[in-house]
Amino acid sequence: MNETNKKEETTTHKIGIYLWIWGLLFVLSFFSYMVDWYQFQGLLRWSLILIFMFLKAGLIMAFFMHLFWERYALVNVLLWPMTAIACFIFLMVAEFKYTLFTRLLYFFVGG
Amino acid sequence: MSDPKIEGYQFKPGFSGMAHDTASDQTMFKGVHWGKAMMWIFLLSDTFIFSCFLISYMKGRGSTPVEWPNPSEVFGLHVFGVDVPLLLIAIMTFVLITSSGTMALAVKYGYEKNKKMCGWLILATAIGGLTFVGMQAFEWSKLIHEGVRPWENPFGAPQFGSFFFMITGFHGTHVSIGVIFLFIYAYKTFAGHYDEKKRGWFTSMKGDYVEIEILGLYWHFVDLVWVFIFAFFYLW
Repeated sequence: MNETNKKEETTTHKIGIYLWIWGLLFVLSFFSYMVDWYQFQGLLRWSLILIFMFLKAGLIMAFFMHLFWERYALVNVLLWPMTAIACFIFLMVAEFKYTLFTRLLYFFVGG
Repeated sequence: MSDPKIEGYQFKPGFSGMAHDTASDQTMFKGVHWGKAMMWIFLLSDTFIFSCFLISYMKGRGSTPVEWPNPSEVFGLHVFGVDVPLLLIAIMTFVLITSSGTMALAVKYGYEKNKKMCGWLILATAIGGLTFVGMQAFEWSKLIHEGVRPWENPFGAPQFGSFFFMITGFHGTHVSIGVIFLFIYAYKTFAGHYDEKKRGWFTSMKGDYVEIEILGLYWHFVDLVWVFIFAFFYLW
């Protein structure tokens, strides 16, 4: 692509939106720290950790990395490969359960 | 930033724009700076690397019958006679988010051609990143002092150390590289390389404030990875 005949018109966003997202990220980080501070356990702990994590990740990607304003072609190129990671997680969960099962079987019950 | 235009090319928003973008027989992402598109592709591949680390950590932690060390205690600090869980990690998280915010503002001021604000904010980001790396070095030396090794540790399952050093080490490397580039770009901003359209070292590309956004993408990604490490390694 020829760099010289390109006329870029870029628009910037109001400072308020960045400050809002920044503040929200602080609040969400504080909340996720509180999960550990109050020593929530079990399903409550895991779901809270995941909720705060995905909210933070979403805010960073959407507004700090401008994905919210980006063209759909780029957004789709970036987000669809994540399904491969989800599949990999799914496979490895099955795998660690099997490994743990065989270890317990051979260590404690015997082969 | 959002929809830069090439002469003669009209960008269409939404799904019809996406169809146009992917179906046209020329370049995809028309009007997007190539450096920005390549940074996104790089970040996508980096996402896969960090995912593999975190998934292997999940597999290692899930498959051991030995009890996993409690991160809340392992990473706790003893300050002013009180044990505070995860104190250092919490401060590191806040430092990194602060630097991410200053970077986002630097990108905004860069596009507004506000050289001074942009430069100072990049410098603030670099100092935030440096603080983070410093605290991580402190954390590492503390744990090594307590006997944590990649093959053993006094707290529980021996796998803990190898995953800890691998994941936080790889992330710390990313932060360190980012800090180096932040200092370079702060210099380039103050020196006015982007106003004068001065060419870079390895490229014939003319300098432009879009480079600040590309650097910003990398820095936000480092913060993004930390969000996942914080959740899965330190809190879980």
